[in-house]
Amino acid sequence: MSTTLVKNSALRSALRPTAPTAAKRAALTLTATRGKATLPDLPYDYGALEPAISGKIMELHHSKHHNTYVTSYNAASEKMAEAVQKGDITAQIATQPLINFHGGGHTNHTLFWENLAPKSSGGGEPPSGPLGQSIDKHFGSLDAMKENFNAALAGIQGSGWAWLVQDNQTGALQIKTYANQDPVVGQFHPVLGIDAWEHAYYLQYENRKAEYFKNIWDVINWKAADKRFK
Amino acid sequence: MQLSNFTLPLALDWILSAAQSRLNPVQQNLVSSANVSVPAASMTYTLPPLPYSYDALEPHFDAETMEIHHSKHHQTYVTNLNAALAGSEFSTLAVDEVITKLDQLPASKQTAVRNHGGGHANHSFFWKNLKPNTTLSSEGLKAAIERDFSSFEAFQQQFEKAAATVFGSGWAWLVKREGSLAIVTTKNQDSPLMGEAVAGASGFPIIGLDVWEHAYYLKFRNKRPDYIKAYWNVVNWDEASTRFAQSD
Repeated sequence: MSTTLVKNSALRSALRPTAPTAAKRAALTLTATRGKATLPDLPYDYGALEPAISGKIMELHHSKHHNTYVTSYNAASEKMAEAVQKGDITAQIATQPLINFHGGGHTNHTLFWENLAPKSSGGGEPPSGPLGQSIDKHFGSLDAMKENFNAALAGIQGSGWAWLVQDNQTGALQIKTYANQDPVVGQFHPVLGIDAWEHAYYLQYENRKAEYFKNIWDVINWKAADKRFK
Repeated sequence: MQLSNFTLPLALDWILSAAQSRLNPVQQNLVSSANVSVPAASMTYTLPPLPYSYDALEPHFDAETMEIHHSKHHQTYVTNLNAALAGSEFSTLAVDEVITKLDQLPASKQTAVRNHGGGHANHSFFWKNLKPNTTLSSEGLKAAIERDFSSFEAFQQQFEKAAATVFGSGWAWLVKREGSLAIVTTKNQDSPLMGEAVAGASGFPIIGLDVWEHAYYLKFRNKRPDYIKAYWNVVNWDEASTRFAQSD
């Protein structure tokens, strides 16, 4: 079961890149422990998102899948630091896919737990304010956006995510899908994401993924999405 | 092949004989098991029945997964493939052939046929590639594995590593190409039969393992390595030896 800690700072610090002091920069050549990723605690119990997502899934998803991304990212990160220190470019390039995959997995899941909430904490309550207005502007209505979003989810081949993203230059909203654990980077930043990997729903929904995509909106935490919207 | 027993109102005379000979055993099974009449226009590819019952691979592969995997996942690939190729001349080809000709399809069809044709081809192969209690005794395949991987144990380790490190959904394969064996992986429902340019891998599959999460999640949860280990108990070495002997 999840413990309750100071949740926000734990989540934030898991993602915030540390700003190195001079001493730390010097220490970089000696150790790779700076910037080590940690598994953030969930801001709610494993069973709190039922019936949309079962407690069994939440426990496995967080304590096994996400945790594996964290430990694997840290291992890859150390390998990368060694390769950088040795000036071994080939080794760096060979390690990069592991960083992308496990670092992406860590990033995506951290954002995911944040944008889910039990109904008692506002899960499912529609967005208001600037984000709500922008959704209406770009999609016509919240329901139309959800239809779009679920169509995108259904269209994912294999493993991946669908995200409501915001264009960093124009501010426009868009729905995009990303394969495997590719994170939202570059031109867009993430506003709201839904995991479409089979592990996210299989124990409860089996192959009936459309049902999962429909039900998860009951526990979407629009307040978190509001904060990400610029 | 005898067709006189059939009452299926399929318009068979327009189907190429090569494709027909591949479809025949499937149709026979379909009639005997389902006893339905099938209108020709809407049904080209069909879900092959398993050569064994859903629980035949217990305790290694669980019955529940086998049932959902076959009757739901594979069936969906068949249904979607039929939809994608409805009315197309390509629907007269066996699925293993269609997936080698993706570039000849209209651009709007290629992705759907790659995914669903690949899914149908891969899973049709997979069910035959599984069988309880076989041993690798064929001198041909066994010797080739020992030659190309230095030992059977080394081959197993390499195969396990390949299967465990597929990012996301995909398959691990032992293939034969140009006389020697190799381990390759493909993503999603790509097959080595699609060739290097499409799938990043080529060769004739000898054995293959589905590492999509639906293949193992109910029983093994996140522990894909345990599923991979269990596979060695149910891989069909008889079929593998036959395929090895058949191929170049």
